[in-house]
Amino acid sequence: MSITEVQFEAREAADGQSIANIEGRSQWQLTWRRLRSDKVSMIALAVIIIMVLLAITAPVFAAITHHPPNVAFPNTGENAVGLPVGPFTNGFWLGSDGTGRDLFIRILYGARISLFVGVVTTFIAACLGVSIGLMAGYFGGIIDTLLARLTDAVLAFPYVVLAIALAAVFGPSLTIIMAIITFFSWAGIARIVRGQTLSIKEKEYIEAARSIGAGPFRIMFLDILPNLMAPVLVVATLYIPAAVVFEATLSFLSLGIQPPTASWGNILSEATNFYQTSWWYVVFPALALLITTLAFNLLGDGIRDAMDPRTERILAARRMRRQRKRRRRATAALTGPTKDFPDPARQAPGI
Amino acid sequence: MAIIGYLIRRILTGAVVVWLVATLAFFLFFARPVITVARQLAGRAATPQVINEVISNLGLNQPIMTQYWHFLDGLLHGNLGYSYFTQESVDTMVKQDLPPTLSLVVGGVVLWLIVGLSVGIISATRARGPFDRVANVLVLIGLSMPTFVIGEFLILVIFVPLNQHGFTWIDTGYSGPSQGLVKWAGHMLLPWITLAAVQCAIYTRLTRGQLLDTLSEDYIRTARAKGLSERRVVFRHGVRAALTPVVSQLGVDVGTLLGGVVITEYVFGLGGLGQVSVQAVFQDNLPVIIGFVILAALFVVVANIVVDFLYASLDPRVRIT
Repeated sequence: MSITEVQFEAREAADGQSIANIEGRSQWQLTWRRLRSDKVSMIALAVIIIMVLLAITAPVFAAITHHPPNVAFPNTGENAVGLPVGPFTNGFWLGSDGTGRDLFIRILYGARISLFVGVVTTFIAACLGVSIGLMAGYFGGIIDTLLARLTDAVLAFPYVVLAIALAAVFGPSLTIIMAIITFFSWAGIARIVRGQTLSIKEKEYIEAARSIGAGPFRIMFLDILPNLMAPVLVVATLYIPAAVVFEATLSFLSLGIQPPTASWGNILSEATNFYQTSWWYVVFPALALLITTLAFNLLGDGIRDAMDPRTERILAARRMRRQRKRRRRATAALTGPTKDFPDPARQAPGI
Repeated sequence: MAIIGYLIRRILTGAVVVWLVATLAFFLFFARPVITVARQLAGRAATPQVINEVISNLGLNQPIMTQYWHFLDGLLHGNLGYSYFTQESVDTMVKQDLPPTLSLVVGGVVLWLIVGLSVGIISATRARGPFDRVANVLVLIGLSMPTFVIGEFLILVIFVPLNQHGFTWIDTGYSGPSQGLVKWAGHMLLPWITLAAVQCAIYTRLTRGQLLDTLSEDYIRTARAKGLSERRVVFRHGVRAALTPVVSQLGVDVGTLLGGVVITEYVFGLGGLGQVSVQAVFQDNLPVIIGFVILAALFVVVANIVVDFLYASLDPRVRIT
């Protein structure tokens, strides 16, 4: 028995043991395990965490650079002809903006607004959507008809058009923007929750709960809701970037966050006059926006794949392939050239 | 004759929806103090008399139900009211501003369907190949890019450098087809790409997913087993079945499309209905805003009827009744 074979035996024994005392894992543990092995999702998660940290520590950076977000520096922040200065000049890390303010600091403060709007509106919309979807699906009948029609109406409406009109009527402010975004976000979640509730409420354990006298709200929120958390979580992760984009769009059209408060949308809107001269003024806020939404979209896709039971097979296949490769390498290293003994794994096709 | 009955019913319900939207818009916008509008119109230094005169000139001092009645009456006669500022009829404004919007929508939709569907089909038939991987990355970037950022990006990277080097075929602003088709296309090219980009990403992903599901069904294996060419299997058996959910998504997306139109027109200064209505918002020009909201609702309703007919003609299981 060669050394490698002993090693293989040992590894196989270890594998066998782990199979022997197999333990039940909850859905969340499984999802997290799968998510952790997905490099793209983990990078996306890291990017999001960095973004959040940067947003939280924005005042610290403002103190380090001595550039408060809304203060213009006409002497250092503008060149001889009054145009913005480029990145890494006069202590402006990413250059200055049209009025000589620090672009980097303003982007950080913009991140505070974007992330706050994205997360808070999605949370409220998810609560609303879940409640409405649960009620529509559980009660059925006239309540379902009314709520489902309402959902369809909101989904089909040209929301940017109406949002513009609403922002105009109520005057732009952070609260109004968040109300508008919430109003147009709950419907998608409600529709998914309704569909799931319709199938879950026919299950036997719900009947059992009803037979021991549980009330409708207890059943909806304690018995049905936990089984819905997975799809709701996936949809919510994908709604955050949508809300961030929505806020930026409204601010870009001057209907959202009003200057001098910084938001990625209004920075980009101010930048439109400086295309010919100052590329950084457009590129950096756009990049911040793109990186954030991309990270949330990638993470959302990753969570969806991790929750899909079909993914397990793909991952298992990948793991097996990797193990086989590792073994092959170990064999090659220990026994030298393997030309005379072709790897059986490579012969597979055609046999 | 069932189809005609169905059509009549759909048109009637559509009319009710448009009426509901119009009423909602009317009361929403008139529920706030009229004095702000009047003050803006009369100018900063206006005396209270002048402001009152402006209010009565606009008919804003009448009871709100009377105003609503006038509004509905006008609507039934195809009259959307008059701009507060220029006294121009909103109907005329719509007629003037329709060509840029129409050019944008038609070109954008054609581009988005061609690119979205073909990339989706190629991706699905070569799943996990290099083409599919590149397409997947592009789709994710497209999904994460707000429309206005794409527009700005195209201006910065294509329009500005080309113009600096004296190449002026690609231009911002609008030039009608009557002034030369080539010139028109040059003006519309970047707006078309902008409008289509986000939608392309959504439709590529949807088509790819649907087609992958369809191609793993038993009847596709049967089609292959009886010796049909791969092209025939994919297009006649696969794509046709995979397209039905894509088409129904089309109806839902009309609203998103209109939002994209507003932003694209604003970014490129095309001056269509969208840009005019954004300007109207800044001026508190209520009749123009309401006119646009009603038109948008009308567009959504008509598009949904068309989509439902398309759906029924694609999927033999769906019957129009």
